[in-house]
Amino acid sequence: MARVSLSGIKKNYGGVEIIKGVDIDVADGEFTVFVGPSGCGKSTLLRMIAGLEDITGGTLTIGDRVVNDLPPKDRSIAMVFQSYAIFPHMTVRENLAFGLTIANAPKAEKDAKVAEAARILQMEHLLDRRPSQLSGGQRQRVAIGRAIVRKPGVFLFDEPLSNLDAALRVDMRMELAKLHADLGATMIYVTHDQVEAMTLADKIVVLNAGIVQQVGTPLELYHRPANLFVAGFIGSPKMNFLKAKVEAVDATSVTVGSPDIGTLVLPKANVAAAVGDAVTVGMRPHHLTLGGAQDITGRVVLVERLGNETLTAIVLASGQQIIVALPGDIEVMAGQQLHLATQAERACLFLANGLAA
Amino acid sequence: MAAIQSDNHGLRLFVRYAVLTLIAVIFIFPLIFMLMSSLKPDQQLLTDTESLRAFLPVGDISLDNYFAAFRRAPVGLFVFNSVLVTGLTVLLSLAVCSLAAFAFVFIDWRGRELLLTLILATLIVPFETIAIPLLLISANLPWIGLEGITRGWLNSYQVQIVPFIADGLTIFLFVQYFKDLPGELIEAARVEGASWGQVYRKVVMPLAGPVLATAAILKFLAMYNQYLWPLMVVQQEAYRPVMVGLQYFFQLNRAWGEIMAYLSLITVPVLAFYLFLQRAFIASIASTGIKG
Ligand SMILES: Nc1ncnc2c1ncn2[C@@H]1O[C@H](COP(=O)(O)OP(=O)(O)O)[C@@H](O)[C@H]1O
Ligand SMILES: [Mg+2]
Repeated sequence: MARVSLSGIKKNYGGVEIIKGVDIDVADGEFTVFVGPSGCGKSTLLRMIAGLEDITGGTLTIGDRVVNDLPPKDRSIAMVFQSYAIFPHMTVRENLAFGLTIANAPKAEKDAKVAEAARILQMEHLLDRRPSQLSGGQRQRVAIGRAIVRKPGVFLFDEPLSNLDAALRVDMRMELAKLHADLGATMIYVTHDQVEAMTLADKIVVLNAGIVQQVGTPLELYHRPANLFVAGFIGSPKMNFLKAKVEAVDATSVTVGSPDIGTLVLPKANVAAAVGDAVTVGMRPHHLTLGGAQDITGRVVLVERLGNETLTAIVLASGQQIIVALPGDIEVMAGQQLHLATQAERACLFLANGLAA
Repeated sequence: MAAIQSDNHGLRLFVRYAVLTLIAVIFIFPLIFMLMSSLKPDQQLLTDTESLRAFLPVGDISLDNYFAAFRRAPVGLFVFNSVLVTGLTVLLSLAVCSLAAFAFVFIDWRGRELLLTLILATLIVPFETIAIPLLLISANLPWIGLEGITRGWLNSYQVQIVPFIADGLTIFLFVQYFKDLPGELIEAARVEGASWGQVYRKVVMPLAGPVLATAAILKFLAMYNQYLWPLMVVQQEAYRPVMVGLQYFFQLNRAWGEIMAYLSLITVPVLAFYLFLQRAFIASIASTGIKG
């Protein structure tokens, strides 16, 4: 078991700074997810933790050791790759035992550990197959099994589910959550999929362009995003952003208004904004409801029926389009006028610099 | 629609087979001619070349030419020398060049790009241009053998082997193949604790079957066909390879039948090698699932 601590971590590739000073603390036994759009540096960060990539600057601590200059095998980590990276010329058994074979472990120990990993992942019947005889999900299981056999302090996953089809991905997600509960090991998991992040994580680290945008629990990020990027990235469908101007500010609230949303009093204390400032109001599709105060009026342009809910695209007076999640059995049609109520206490407010108020 | 497509497919298959068969025939006819001629007396051999009889075992057929060839030259010794020199060079070359390529592709070190470029540049240097300098160097190199330290490599096996172990083409083949191996496999092995040596032995080489076969074939042919270099550095019959041995048959009386018999004999190791590699090649693709 081990905690992982990144302090001022930087990475340059040929003079270009890819990771720009990252501070993250992962507690012992915690499931931490690094999430961000493709190319933001998640894999680079994970590979630096694994020791596959040199660290340009900063300090990396695993357990209570600074490991910046230790080779991967001495870092008490195991890694599961996106391409699975299981050895095609070895049987599943040989794949699982690879690390132990390398370390010249006695046969009895190898057999015991392989058997245990196979039991945990329910793949005892696959042990003598070759990877070419396995399905994608089974291969991924072998990759995870190989990590389990190492009994590492920290498991590292780089988009392990992205090569699987959608249904299998949901199953494997649940298995990973269960695995974490069973093993109680520290896990760091990289994904570009915010649903995976929300469902798996104890703690989410949102990255963009090599910078940590916010660290928090899934619900913290959902309800109190620190900036426009996080607000737009976390949650599905995306949060609606509406331009507005500050009309009044006092110690416990701020009043904003625009032709689209009328006048809205948001219960936010000590907002650092002046009357007339341009701001952005963020409203989640699930926080807009039909009827009631009728704050927002618009015309329906698109209806997506999902059964449990109805995603409806609405064009407002200014021409801006927003998405609303309405109940599943509601009757709406394209062209129809809708009046929506906002929930002021759940709305987010972002100042001109993009930070949350 | 489906029927048309499958018809079309059948036609394409037919054309493909026809072309391949034609090529096979073009390649096999000289071999058949060689084999048939080796069974005939010179007089008949020459007249037969005016008709298709040249490819048929007809007329006065015997193994006389083979006995004569063995009387004229130490055929067994020459084949032994060539197989020894070629075999050792192939093995050493595969080991050395794959190790070099491994270092170029997987390990990060200063100057590797430059050095690889230099090695690839040697591909455009013809052997003839370096033959004389190489001869002068070889003539003065020391060697530690059974007789203690000696000077000069002329008239030996090592002079036919060592200069050909490392070569740009073989390194290039391995480099290209290694670059196409999934990098995450190597990284996974590193994370699991494998040293570079173990990555080479346990991961990279077991997956290198196709490139090993390709490199081995090219090297085998180049080495087995060596002529100029052994002609320059070997004067003693004891170390003479097969191609230089051909000279024995081009003296005053040119015995074509014996030449054909000699050629047939020295072709046997080549065919054996091909058959062996073909099996190894298919087996390696079947077991790894990685295509060449
Ligand atoms: N070996 C490399 N050399 C140069 N640039 C690289 C290298 N590896 C990654 N990058 C760059 O670093 C950035 C982050 O890459 P990566 O960490 O793979 O992103 P992610 O995993 O978040 O999609 C990308 O812009 C990528 O082009
Ligand atoms: Mg990535």
